[in-house]
Amino acid sequence: MGLDIRFVLGLMFLVIGCLLAGFGWLGDQSIYKRSLDFNVNLWWGLVIMVFGASLLWLSRRHTSAMRPSEQSKEGRAIEAREHSAGLESDDMH
Amino acid sequence: MNVQLTFIDWLIMAIYLVFVLGVGFVLKRHMKTSTDFFLSGRSIPAWVGGLAFLSANLGAQEVIGMAASGAKYGIATSHFYWVGAVPAMVFLAVFMMPFYYGSRARSVPEYLKLRFDEKTRGFNAIAFACMTVLSSGISMYAMGLLLNLLLGWDFTASVWVSAAVVLIYIFFGGLTSAIYNEVLQFFLIVFGFAPLVFLGLKDIGGWEGLQVGLAQVATAQGFAPGSWSSSWAHMGNPADNPMGVEWFGLSMGLGFVLAFGYWCTDFLVVQRAMAAKSMSAARRIPIIAAVPKMLFPFLVILPGMIAIALTYAHGTTGFSLPQKPDGGFNYDLAMPMMVFHYFPTGLLGLGLTALLASFMSGMAGNVTAFNTVWTYDIYQSYIRRDATDAHYLWVGRVTTVVGVGLSVLTAYAATRFNNIMDMLQLVFAFVNAPLLGTFLLGMFWPRATGHGAFVGLLAGTLAAAAHHGLTLAKGSVPGLKGGWIQVTHAYTSEMAQNFWTAIWAFGCCVALTLFVSLLTKPRAKAELRGLVYSLTGRQAARDTRWYMRPATVGVIVLVFSLILNVIFW
Repeated sequence: MGLDIRFVLGLMFLVIGCLLAGFGWLGDQSIYKRSLDFNVNLWWGLVIMVFGASLLWLSRRHTSAMRPSEQSKEGRAIEAREHSAGLESDDMH
Repeated sequence: MNVQLTFIDWLIMAIYLVFVLGVGFVLKRHMKTSTDFFLSGRSIPAWVGGLAFLSANLGAQEVIGMAASGAKYGIATSHFYWVGAVPAMVFLAVFMMPFYYGSRARSVPEYLKLRFDEKTRGFNAIAFACMTVLSSGISMYAMGLLLNLLLGWDFTASVWVSAAVVLIYIFFGGLTSAIYNEVLQFFLIVFGFAPLVFLGLKDIGGWEGLQVGLAQVATAQGFAPGSWSSSWAHMGNPADNPMGVEWFGLSMGLGFVLAFGYWCTDFLVVQRAMAAKSMSAARRIPIIAAVPKMLFPFLVILPGMIAIALTYAHGTTGFSLPQKPDGGFNYDLAMPMMVFHYFPTGLLGLGLTALLASFMSGMAGNVTAFNTVWTYDIYQSYIRRDATDAHYLWVGRVTTVVGVGLSVLTAYAATRFNNIMDMLQLVFAFVNAPLLGTFLLGMFWPRATGHGAFVGLLAGTLAAAAHHGLTLAKGSVPGLKGGWIQVTHAYTSEMAQNFWTAIWAFGCCVALTLFVSLLTKPRAKAELRGLVYSLTGRQAARDTRWYMRPATVGVIVLVFSLILNVIFW
């Protein structure tokens, strides 16, 4: 559908993860009393950051965003060949 | 409540809003036909559809309600997942999806039209359209109340802002936009609530600490010590467990009628699978959704259980559930209070964003289901039959505005007439309860006829109403809670009453559909090809990879779900 959801997810969680981790690292350390003296912002931020980065990487690696075959010359040629050979599968409309 | 949001919390919420709206705007140029708008042009990959399938159901009632039930009933709440969802999702994938997707129906009511007749479709479409607007409005109302209580936000502002956001992204990006955002919301909900489980468990002293705490909860409320931490052991007698249900009512009422009725026939979720890019993707969607669904009790029920255990056993930080004016616990606040108690600013923003996301995904799911059913099943069928596709696309957009508008009205109506809302919801529960019978007979019994289905549905609805009118849960007053005809039987709990209402509705629907079908003329078998199981050829090309076969993966998921039941027996 023209927009790779992995890219959107990756970018959003990378930004949020960096923000949380950065805030946890540099910000006021006295606020972690309520989270049992555990710097959740830093650690959870890092987890979210890694998640976002891996999705971004996945979306960059090869774009598997749906491209209907009739949108490219190559695709149209394949469709035409399949049609003339009667090879169209029911599965992929 | 004194919770201070700081700049970073607002920033995280703002980032989420930017992405949600951005998705809508980017997808705008892809919405060229009505199929793009209502069915994502049948282009959704299985994993995206699967997460959206789950997320559409992850409204606030789910997140907040399941945590509340976790506190109220303990681990037995997992029955709503391991009994009341996973088997039904596998059944939908393996047996029903081939007919929904294969028949090229654009909605669940449209399948009823193809299989039965116009009146059955009309009855279902109108009831469903009303129900979606209503549930979306109630969800908005709940959100407005909660945000007002927790953060002091203005009710009107919360309702209008969230309505505007949902409206914008669906108006421009249609179902694709809703599905993409549901995937965002899914991960936000996971990331937003997972730290809560970690911190809560740490506070109470790990799993053992939780067991000790829950035993105190159980004995303090007059039950056996294990009744909060075992899901089946105390189900022999309704009086022995906090839910007040027994194993048969639970497995038949919830596990069969209600679960299969919801997951297999509710267009709100089925629409996500209908938008799949291929038959095999459509069949994998419910199964992919079943995997996280199976694990969700640890994310949404566990915080509630921890909250109630901490209230009795006292952790190191002194968390305790707030009480209502009448002295009982305010269980609905279990999840939000835990968030406020443990999350420092920063993570708090993420937790709140997750809460907002769950409200929005629930709302958006209803709105997209509403605009599709209204446009295809009501407008195109009864108002204007032969218009251009561009016209229906336009109607879809207008319906989105109207649907959101009606939801806002419903939210305001709920603030004034709480009883009317409860009553309407009850009426829709009656309409929904028998639906499963109609679908099962329709898909697996070629002899079932349109007249049979219609009479069966009506009879099931009346049976549900009659059962509700004749029974009452212990401790309730006759009226909206039941017993408005005469109280002939008293159930241990409202939940038991609901389960049995569903069982009666289903039974009457099946009996009457069978009876009337046998008296009326069946349709020619050739017309039912692709709509009925025994008249449809099996899928010829089986995927050689085992993990791509719905039946194989379905069985694996069921086995895991069984193992979870045994572990927490």
